[in-house]
Amino acid sequence: MKLKKDLAISDSGFLFNPSSGDSFSLNPIGVEIFKLLQKGESDDAIITLLLNDYAVDKNTIDKDLNDFKIMLTNHKLINA
Amino acid sequence: MKTKKTYERPLIKSLNSGLMNKFGKRTEWTPLTEIDGVKVVDLLNEYGSPLFVYSEKKIRENYQHAKRVFETRYPKVQFAWSYKTCYLNAVCDVYHQEGSWAEVVSRFEYEKALKNGVPGDKIIFNGPDKTDDDLMLAIKNNSPIHIDHLDELYRLHELASGLTKKPKVAIRVNMDTGIYPMWDRFGFNYENGQAWDAINKIITLNKLDLVGLHTHIGTFMLTPSAYAVAASKMADLAINIKKKYKKSISYIDMGGGFASKNTLKGSYYMGSDTVPDIEEYAEAITSTLINAGFDKDEMPYLYLETGRALVDDAGFLMGTVIANKRLSDGRRATILDFGVNVMFTSFWYDHKISPVEELGYHTEDTTLYGPMCMNIDVVRENISMPPLSPGNHVVAHFVGAYNVTQSMQFISLRPAIVMIDLHGKPHLIKTKETLEGIQRDELVPQHLKTFKL
Repeated sequence: MKLKKDLAISDSGFLFNPSSGDSFSLNPIGVEIFKLLQKGESDDAIITLLLNDYAVDKNTIDKDLNDFKIMLTNHKLINA
Repeated sequence: MKTKKTYERPLIKSLNSGLMNKFGKRTEWTPLTEIDGVKVVDLLNEYGSPLFVYSEKKIRENYQHAKRVFETRYPKVQFAWSYKTCYLNAVCDVYHQEGSWAEVVSRFEYEKALKNGVPGDKIIFNGPDKTDDDLMLAIKNNSPIHIDHLDELYRLHELASGLTKKPKVAIRVNMDTGIYPMWDRFGFNYENGQAWDAINKIITLNKLDLVGLHTHIGTFMLTPSAYAVAASKMADLAINIKKKYKKSISYIDMGGGFASKNTLKGSYYMGSDTVPDIEEYAEAITSTLINAGFDKDEMPYLYLETGRALVDDAGFLMGTVIANKRLSDGRRATILDFGVNVMFTSFWYDHKISPVEELGYHTEDTTLYGPMCMNIDVVRENISMPPLSPGNHVVAHFVGAYNVTQSMQFISLRPAIVMIDLHGKPHLIKTKETLEGIQRDELVPQHLKTFKL
């Protein structure tokens, strides 16, 4: 899964897709995951990083990451 | 050791450009952590989830406020607690302690009021379904019987024939008050002369004592002026009964139907912004009666049977998030452990739902489903909520009216009910249903008791 290349995101969580003109708001953990995905990190690497930083179990992150990626797809932020 | 950060589910929300929605409803991210000083989480831990909670303080405040509002505008006021709105004995008893009589619409409710200690002559017996036996019980107890239809009137005349004392009766009157739909299925119509027909029959046959006139123009009435129309027609009947028969009517019962601050589905604004205050209903009714032309010494008592407006905001339903899922169109869905089986009013209200935990300010449009394996089990079709996770808790507001009395034992057991007293102490007022309790009245024929699979 690869994010579209020209997406711009601010630290406060404002995301802009210049090719469609759509804009989005992300919460802080959404920003963190988005940036990791932009860097091309694998799911396993993202889960390990989050487990290290947050008080959460692996199943929850796994489920939420999957859900987040579905939403990125729904919002057409993923390369087809 | 490294302290880990608090986790919140990752969210991405599309920002829509265009004109602002002036009808937009605010996002419910402010957590409701306690009710009357008692922590919601402690209540759920002690009594289980889901759980109904009533605030005795709020019930009393509502009643005392309504009483003050009417009594400062009219000299003779009597409230009667509408049992069908919530007939939990503890709730009824709070109203009775405050001075409210009982208003019942069935034998079941009538006996409940008697068992609660309400004297028979302070139980108003309404409703279309009264058997001869019910009527005789009410006559024996000197209860005011509100006649719904001519068949009941004729039955009462027959029953009264063998008695030395005249049963106390009122007739229920329906009328056009300019609102739609007109409630004409109960009582006798004012405009077409049915009401006068019933009055003439009662007075000329002289077997019943016509002590009152009763109306109930609708439910969740958002137009106080309709009550002014109704009060005017009731006063017209009472004054003309006096002129024609030299008989004074001792009370006019204006029923109920005052709206609570709940938000009706489809309304643009929140109920808290649009629903009239009780002062507006009081002003409409009392000004009309005071100016109707009654002799000063013969002003009838004003009876009120309001239920919803007195109890809705005193009831809360708290529960737990079971699961989250993503629907096929991308919408978020959250499944709660309470649904329409115990929150019947979800069918017509957009209930305010608050999170219990502090969950942050990022929100997502969410559909809240109940736990029933039924497609209709929707608590809120669309609500902007912070990211709820399994195990988080929520509280539904304004559920005090009709939800307990109309709850269904369907698929799962109904929850326990707690009342928090004036000192912040919770009391269990109804235990959670049990399988044994549900099956207590079931019978299985002997030949069906064994099988091999």
